Amino acid sequence: MTELVIIGGGPAGMSAAVAAYERGIRDILILERDSSLGGILQQCIHNGFGLHKFGEELTGPEYALKYINMVFKRHIRYKLNTMVLDITNNKVITATNETDGIFKIEAKAVILAMGCRERPKGALNIAGTRPSGIYTAGTAQKFVNMKGYMPGKNVVILGSGDIGLIMARRMTLEGAKVHAVCELMPYSGGLPRNIEQCLNDFNIPLKLSHTVTKIHGKERLEGVTIARVDESRNPIPETEEYISCDTLLLSVGLIPENELSKTAKVELSHITSGAVVDQDRQTNAEGIFACGNVLHVHDLVDFVSEEAEIAGKSAAEYINGTLKKTVNIPIKTDGKVRYSVPQMITREKDITVYFRVADVFHNVKINVKNENGELVFSKRRTKAVPGEMESITIKEDKIKNAKELYIELEE
Amino acid sequence: MKRNLTCIVCPMGCSIDVNIENGEVIDISGNSCPRGAEYAKNECISPVRTVTTTIRCSDGSVIPVKTDMPIPKDKVFECMKIINHTSIPLPVYPGDVIIKDVFGSNIVATGGTYNDNCGCKKQGRF
Repeated sequence: MTELVIIGGGPAGMSAAVAAYERGIRDILILERDSSLGGILQQCIHNGFGLHKFGEELTGPEYALKYINMVFKRHIRYKLNTMVLDITNNKVITATNETDGIFKIEAKAVILAMGCRERPKGALNIAGTRPSGIYTAGTAQKFVNMKGYMPGKNVVILGSGDIGLIMARRMTLEGAKVHAVCELMPYSGGLPRNIEQCLNDFNIPLKLSHTVTKIHGKERLEGVTIARVDESRNPIPETEEYISCDTLLLSVGLIPENELSKTAKVELSHITSGAVVDQDRQTNAEGIFACGNVLHVHDLVDFVSEEAEIAGKSAAEYINGTLKKTVNIPIKTDGKVRYSVPQMITREKDITVYFRVADVFHNVKINVKNENGELVFSKRRTKAVPGEMESITIKEDKIKNAKELYIELEE
Repeated sequence: MKRNLTCIVCPMGCSIDVNIENGEVIDISGNSCPRGAEYAKNECISPVRTVTTTIRCSDGSVIPVKTDMPIPKDKVFECMKIINHTSIPLPVYPGDVIIKDVFGSNIVATGGTYNDNCGCKKQGRF
């Protein structure tokens, strides 16, 4: 029996481990699929991490190293190159690696911190051939930053998520020509600073309301056809334009990697593709917690670390038998607010709720009402965009006696 | 002359308006912190950028590096050239100075050899 098993040794897993340790848990085991701790941070060599958490600007590997050192200092155990195959509802974990073979671990508590993966091109339905030269932005990032290979010289990027923007700059710095970044939506999903320093600095055009309609080339990619899309996101044929290129990078969204959560019968949200959790980040499966990008995709790693601290602390309380649910208040959203995390409240205390809006809104009021339509919280925002996670803190006395909470956006 | 900038100091990405007269910044608005004001001022007079890239090691692998200070924006590609024409012997540990004084900044390793957990153990930094 192991007290706490953490699936994933990225920023979420390491932060959760450290938080649980600080609450007195010593029997901790991190299971990591890759050959080092740190997760995807190791390939994010650009700076901009840690301002929130450490008050300094760090690169991805430097941010990871801070947590790796915390894990080392506490002698928290971890197994690298270890793939978890199955987690049961009663917390029996089956995993495999080269030295231990296939093995089972019984855990008192489990923290899911597997992160997310990129939406692949298969999910996109682009017409044309399937030549080589098409990569997800993250794969290209791994090739360039960790393996030292350039995937191509003439690049088009589809999707303006942060990884796509970062890769536009990275490929340019290494001598490639990035011809365009196409974004289906009329706004970018990336941070404004990345549009400025990754595209504008290098005069890379950002084509909003544009998509790739056709892929050309037999063995190797020879070019793509791009087109403007109308309001319902359908390509307008007369705006089609051919761009000659040998590489297409896709930065079209991230999907929480929840195959293991499913084997553990954890209830998943169809909006976030992550688990449904309470304020302690506990799932419907008792003693199984989730945090980081496996729960919902975050904008900043700093917020991942913070959320993982909640999960680590709660798991420690669960192991010590002090985590008691007293209420059951679901949090619902109105559609303009796409989702919230947590999705339910099970303890009466001050609760910070994170959420994303579904569209770009100006001058809105974020209202929280109870089941009788009474306003329990209200906050004004000059701008709310889907690319930026919002958070509000609802005070304990406002939650008392509520049966349900609704988060609404009033324009 | 008026200029509108997007601040790149932190993820907030404030939209900053700068008023410039005779090559001097006379008014800055829209920033939410002093660092934003400093960025806006620099950006109008002598823009700088931190460069993050990789450097080739003697065994063919690559290690992430950065300029430990921002360098002039128009020197970024020259800086890349210098880094890409250098090969370094192993081992490398995070924080090691790889090349000294490149446009007023040092090129510093931000990671180490990947297969030993960034060399933290050997480094004795924990």
